[in-house]
Amino acid sequence: MHPAYSVILFTTASGAGYGLLALLGLAGASHGVASSMGFALTAILIASALITIGLLSSMLHLGRPERAWRAFSQWRSSWLSREGVASVITYAPALAFAAAWSGLIGAPQLIAPLGLITAVMCVVTVYCTAKIYSSLPTIRAWAQPLTGPVYLAFSLATGAALMTAIAAVFNRFQSFQVIVTVASIILLGILKFFYWRAIDRGEKTHTIEAATGLGRIGSVRQWELPHTAINFIQKEMGYAVARKHAAALRSLVFLLLALALLAVLASLAAPLVSLIAAVLTLIAAVVERWLFFAEAQHVSTLYYGEQRA
Amino acid sequence: MTSLPPPSAKKLGLVIDLDTCVGCQACATSCKEWNTQGYSAPLSDENPYDADPTGAWLNRVHGYEVKEPGLEQSRIVHFPRSCLHCEEPACVTVCPTGASYKRAEDGIVLVNPETCIGCKLCSWACPYGAREYDDSHGVMKKCTLCVDRIYNEHFEPKDRIPACVKACPTGARHFGDLGDPGSAVSLLVKEREGYDLLPEMGFKPVNKYLPPRARRDATTMKPVELPKGDGGAFDRLFAWADQVLSRKMTAMRGDDTDYSGKLEG
Repeated sequence: MHPAYSVILFTTASGAGYGLLALLGLAGASHGVASSMGFALTAILIASALITIGLLSSMLHLGRPERAWRAFSQWRSSWLSREGVASVITYAPALAFAAAWSGLIGAPQLIAPLGLITAVMCVVTVYCTAKIYSSLPTIRAWAQPLTGPVYLAFSLATGAALMTAIAAVFNRFQSFQVIVTVASIILLGILKFFYWRAIDRGEKTHTIEAATGLGRIGSVRQWELPHTAINFIQKEMGYAVARKHAAALRSLVFLLLALALLAVLASLAAPLVSLIAAVLTLIAAVVERWLFFAEAQHVSTLYYGEQRA
Repeated sequence: MTSLPPPSAKKLGLVIDLDTCVGCQACATSCKEWNTQGYSAPLSDENPYDADPTGAWLNRVHGYEVKEPGLEQSRIVHFPRSCLHCEEPACVTVCPTGASYKRAEDGIVLVNPETCIGCKLCSWACPYGAREYDDSHGVMKKCTLCVDRIYNEHFEPKDRIPACVKACPTGARHFGDLGDPGSAVSLLVKEREGYDLLPEMGFKPVNKYLPPRARRDATTMKPVELPKGDGGAFDRLFAWADQVLSRKMTAMRGDDTDYSGKLEG
């Protein structure tokens, strides 16, 4: 699948934003009013900026961005529509939580319920994002049981790394934040390892013979393309550049995560090193997301000469 | 509304005969010609006269080589590919705006060009590569089964068929109601053992394909022996002429390079 930069930015930026927002919600739910309004507002602002940049970037991917509002209508059948609805709904509890948690409005009794609702909505939204991909049986690498958990884990890990870094900048660094970040990066590494193992071991069950139905008379091979120039299907579904470098890029993701892990641990001695950890985790997310698209093979490529999909 | 309507009794679709299709592209070009001026028009091209042209087409004719077991020569099958108007189309249910829909009355799958946001998710959901993005309008395009022809009362009844069916010079494309077991297309599918593409994916395509028939005789399988000369006077005359002319041509060219192969392709 063609790795559109707008979609990569959308899923990684909004994923990190929702992860950070969810963790702030949980922090508020357990600790009450934030110890500093500056810290609370900055952290919430960074989370909402990441979410909003992501959502705007996903709109850039549209052919008709001015009609994007229509995407809120088909939540009964479409995961993309559900994702849109969930992402917009999340703004309401998130803004209310930001106001209560930072102390802008004095309502300490509302912090815990608003924080929890915000965290739940963040999980729902990221889950909807993952379901857009995992509900497509036409793309074997996406229709995997681990697609959803990996999206959630990336959201958690990038969010936790960001939270630790922001806390360090505001002198609110706590070893508990390091524990959350380390645990989420390790969980992410394990899930991604098993995800990649699953797509490598999974059988390609669709064949050019079934796609053309010509298997009933013999074995099939592409003889002639229907057109002399490349078409939409080949551009959108036939991206094969990355498959050559997949192994190296996968190692790079693990390397970046390992370095992020070391940086987080180092931040116990020098808290500001957690900034490096956040950057490394975000880069790992971008590389992984690029691979997620570039490695995925679409069934329709069978009509363009692939033997199995 | 992208939830699917209850299954319709009427299932309009195409039956494509892979035995008689000669790959002439008449269906593809007439489709492009009709649909660039009809419903959801135009069907645009980008850089049509440049080195790197591209554009949206609703019908593509592929060529496949099939190696039949036990036969030395393979055979070429021309394979037109367009929307199959599935009974359970995932392209419809994934659509976030309701622009993509399946008609309850006849099962035709359409895109409303006024509400499509061009997110391309429907093209990801379709295993048949039937939907193409129109760059200049930012919306998805797909086969409409010529919905603006088949019900068009300005046309003679014989012309109320899709443009591709009308254009096919070998009668390889048939249009009709596949929901009616007694219709001409349903009987054809039954007689010729018409089949679904990628049936295991479960989208239940309405369009059917008729397999190529078994070969009737051996003329296309065995290399034909060219007739040999009998060594008579005429044969010797021709052999002499061939020799003389071959020498002369080589001398004219000035070198011994054989250029005949360069003419190919």
